[in-house]
Amino acid sequence: MTVVVAIPGVHSAAPASEAGPAPKRIVVAYGFWIFLLSDIVMFAVLFASYAVLVQATAGGPKGMQLFNQRTVAIETACLLFSSYTCGLMLLAVNSRRRAGMYLAALLTFALGGAFLALELREFADMIARGAGPQRSAFLSAFFTLVGCHGLHVTAGLIWLTVMMAQVAIKGFQPRVERRLLCFSLFWHALDIIWVWLFTFVYLMGVRA
Amino acid sequence: MTDARYDRAPGDQSIAPDSEERASSGVLVYTIGLVLAVGLTATSFWAANTSLLWNPGVPLGLAVLAIAQMGVHLVFFLHITTGPESTNNVLALAFGVLIVFLVVVGSLVIMANLNGMMPPAELMNLHMRH
Amino acid sequence: MNILGKLSWSAIPFDQPIIMAATAFMALGIGSILAWITVKGYWPYLWREWLTSVDHKRIGVMYMVLALLMLLRGFADAIMMRAQTAVAAGGEQGYLPPEHFNQIFSAHGTIMIFFVAMPLVIGLMNFAVPLQLGIRDVAFPTLNSVSLWLTASGILLTNVSLVVGEFAKTGWVAYPPLSELEFSPGVGVDYYLWSLQISGIGTLLTGINFVTTILKMRAPGMGYMRMPVFCWTALAANLMIVAAFPVLTATFAMLLLDRYLGFHFFTVDAGGNPMMYVNLFWVWGHPEVYILVLPAFGVFSEVTATFSGKPLFGYRSMVAATMAICVISFLVWLHHFFTMGASAGVNAFFGVMSMIIAVPTGVKIFNWLFTMYGGRVRFEVPILWTIGFMVTFVLGGLTGVLLAVPPVDFQVHNSQFLVAHFHHVIIPGVVFGAFAGYYYWFPKAFGFRLDERWGKASFWCWFIGFHLAFMPLYAVGLMGMTRRMQHYDNPEWQPWLLVAAGGAVVILAGIACQIVQLVVSVRARRQLRDVTGDPWNGRTLEWSTPSPPPAWNFAVLPHVTGIDAYWHTKQRRRASQPPQPQPREYEPIDLPKNSPTGFITAFFAVVTGFALIWHIWWIAGLGVLGAFVTLLVFAFRRDEEFEVPATEIARFNRTHMAGVAP
Repeated sequence: MTVVVAIPGVHSAAPASEAGPAPKRIVVAYGFWIFLLSDIVMFAVLFASYAVLVQATAGGPKGMQLFNQRTVAIETACLLFSSYTCGLMLLAVNSRRRAGMYLAALLTFALGGAFLALELREFADMIARGAGPQRSAFLSAFFTLVGCHGLHVTAGLIWLTVMMAQVAIKGFQPRVERRLLCFSLFWHALDIIWVWLFTFVYLMGVRA
Repeated sequence: MTDARYDRAPGDQSIAPDSEERASSGVLVYTIGLVLAVGLTATSFWAANTSLLWNPGVPLGLAVLAIAQMGVHLVFFLHITTGPESTNNVLALAFGVLIVFLVVVGSLVIMANLNGMMPPAELMNLHMRH
Repeated sequence: MNILGKLSWSAIPFDQPIIMAATAFMALGIGSILAWITVKGYWPYLWREWLTSVDHKRIGVMYMVLALLMLLRGFADAIMMRAQTAVAAGGEQGYLPPEHFNQIFSAHGTIMIFFVAMPLVIGLMNFAVPLQLGIRDVAFPTLNSVSLWLTASGILLTNVSLVVGEFAKTGWVAYPPLSELEFSPGVGVDYYLWSLQISGIGTLLTGINFVTTILKMRAPGMGYMRMPVFCWTALAANLMIVAAFPVLTATFAMLLLDRYLGFHFFTVDAGGNPMMYVNLFWVWGHPEVYILVLPAFGVFSEVTATFSGKPLFGYRSMVAATMAICVISFLVWLHHFFTMGASAGVNAFFGVMSMIIAVPTGVKIFNWLFTMYGGRVRFEVPILWTIGFMVTFVLGGLTGVLLAVPPVDFQVHNSQFLVAHFHHVIIPGVVFGAFAGYYYWFPKAFGFRLDERWGKASFWCWFIGFHLAFMPLYAVGLMGMTRRMQHYDNPEWQPWLLVAAGGAVVILAGIACQIVQLVVSVRARRQLRDVTGDPWNGRTLEWSTPSPPPAWNFAVLPHVTGIDAYWHTKQRRRASQPPQPQPREYEPIDLPKNSPTGFITAFFAVVTGFALIWHIWWIAGLGVLGAFVTLLVFAFRRDEEFEVPATEIARFNRTHMAGVAP
């Protein structure tokens, strides 16, 4: 793996693999990247279980009878736009624009919170209609898969709050910047997982 | 931000010092990503509900659209590129995708096979409760 | 609702003498150690230097300590089982009722895999990888400490189950429907699940840590193809940890949801599918055994090259074989349930893949043999373990290839033949490898060698004892004896099982030799001192440091120009070429600060786990809150590093590097 160095005055073209330990920002972000991959494998298992059990409705309600596409569309929009505002937040961090960062973070939080509120209401409605996770294997798998994603979103919102407190107290220290970079990786990854969720659970579910 | 001799951190845009031009081109990248993602999402919803498409092909179409949306996120939001400074990031992602594929497809094939080999309902005696 | 959930005094089995005796024994042991530490005033030292340490060398040592202690517990289970099967023939019931026997074989498997084998290889990787890479520590030192202590939490919970409540009676794999609430209403399966979920998080964090370390932090000049083979096997094993452990986490989570909230993933009613658990468990389970054996293979590579005085034969093919195993190990898992009824096509695919995966391992065996061929082999203890491994593992692996044929497996699945097979690969592979690594790196860790005679004695006891203990099991397996049998009717099996019990006693002698070896070595440490830092004429960078290395490992990060970096340094010196210039001035070094985060997080993990097992919801909530607060305290701490001044480094080098080759 050779990197051609374009810095004037430096003539060696040592490959990146021989450059010695990488700077902390790269090490931390890569470590978090690997963690995200492990998280995605965990979701893959829950997906696989859902796919295997999707027909196991045990005489109870099917997805077609339970899923509301309008709600899902709004949830999707909320999460997608919150991913966008998260990106804007990271840009503001990089250029040290505090007010912009706080605003973008607030929007990200609000949109993420809206997503969660809608999802919780959807769950509550289903449980009230007797379609709770104890009703059938299909519903157990649905609640676990979508609920696990929701738990991750919740954790993300808590993390975002703590990060804003860290910026307020510590300022833009390298450590704080690294953690904000990791948060943005996490938040974007959650949106990617949601893409697969709304496509295969909800959109396929309402068609079948 | 990073030494040119090193790889790039996942999530970082390409190495350059902060500048006015930097900031606005950053917003542009995210905005293009958002527009593309909204378009693909809307297309997915349309494809799932329309009667204009051949029904058995819709799941495949939805899958393709989902992959495209994932690609938009990876490129425009996570700045994953195929450049040499991003090789480690891409390799890790590829390894993860491989494992996901093996686990999901493998499990589906195996479980379908096992379920298919189960005796029909009337021959099964499932009285395990006393 | 009872304020203490399901917990009451009846949880302690006062009426079972064997358990009460074991409890008393453990309490005595732990109590006397704690008392000794208190009387000697060692608590501040222990807290400062070990419990809050984030140094990979210290963490590696602590993993080994945990593993070796749990080896005693797991082996006690084994001896109890062998004693039982030796006598429980014909109408005899033996001394262990089924309820107890079932917990013993479940605990034996769980402890040996998760709390002996995993900590052994993780401990060795922790100690050696950063030294071999020529760096100062892993990527995330505090996270490393968290991993260690979460593993300890799992160990503590499993051991508490002996005294308070019960352990699972389902076998170490805990298949539903037996492991569902309906058929295992007690706390046993919950102890199993929560212990492993907690330690599983620790293991996953280790995987992330080491993948990042090996890929992003190596000494200058150390490109991928200049890394020691042990680091390549560590990389592959940790990639597999990252890929496989989330599967186990998700699978156990689903079983927990079934048990705690009445979900229906694996139940027999409401559409649940118990076969799905078996499938998912082994998606994790097969990569797990390669996670265990690959680092052991790495140890054998290092040992073979060092004690043959030759570079390892076929470095590139070793790397290729290692990475091939890393991928193929995710393509064979169905061979653990050939008998669950998949079609011929599916069974055949996985059967063929299971045979193919033997090929890269065969490549490694040939490479080790070719390394020794033409070299001057010094028959010291690590090479004995290695040769013992090669001779034994090949045969065990062959029985694996036999089992990979589905129609054969139909006959012997879950018989003692299978039990013999997997012990026939895990013991020579993982256990012998860990013992070789333990003896090999012990001088580097502690500054003095282990006694050689007791080491050789322990090897021969293990080697002979292993064969006596497990070869008879092939016979009884083919004669029809299944695994996990508390008693049996066929008297023809008994002679074989008596021999097997004898073998276990010989292994016990081997373990006793190892304990004596440690005691003797500590007492004779002055005579056994390692002055040069390089007791074996090693080839890799860890041998260029003093024994034990300073906290910062290397005053100046070495610049690497080829494989076996330290060997070339020594060759240059022998050729009277000037050594790499030593700096007359040292730079101060930033080291990560010690932190109680790991220990305290683990404390809250134990509290939460115990409370969840006994349904004491309010304590569980407090435990989670406590862990979260600990995380916040860590996140908001002011300093994460402290500086070692250049004068201290210079002073250390003057006093300690006198005997060490530059």
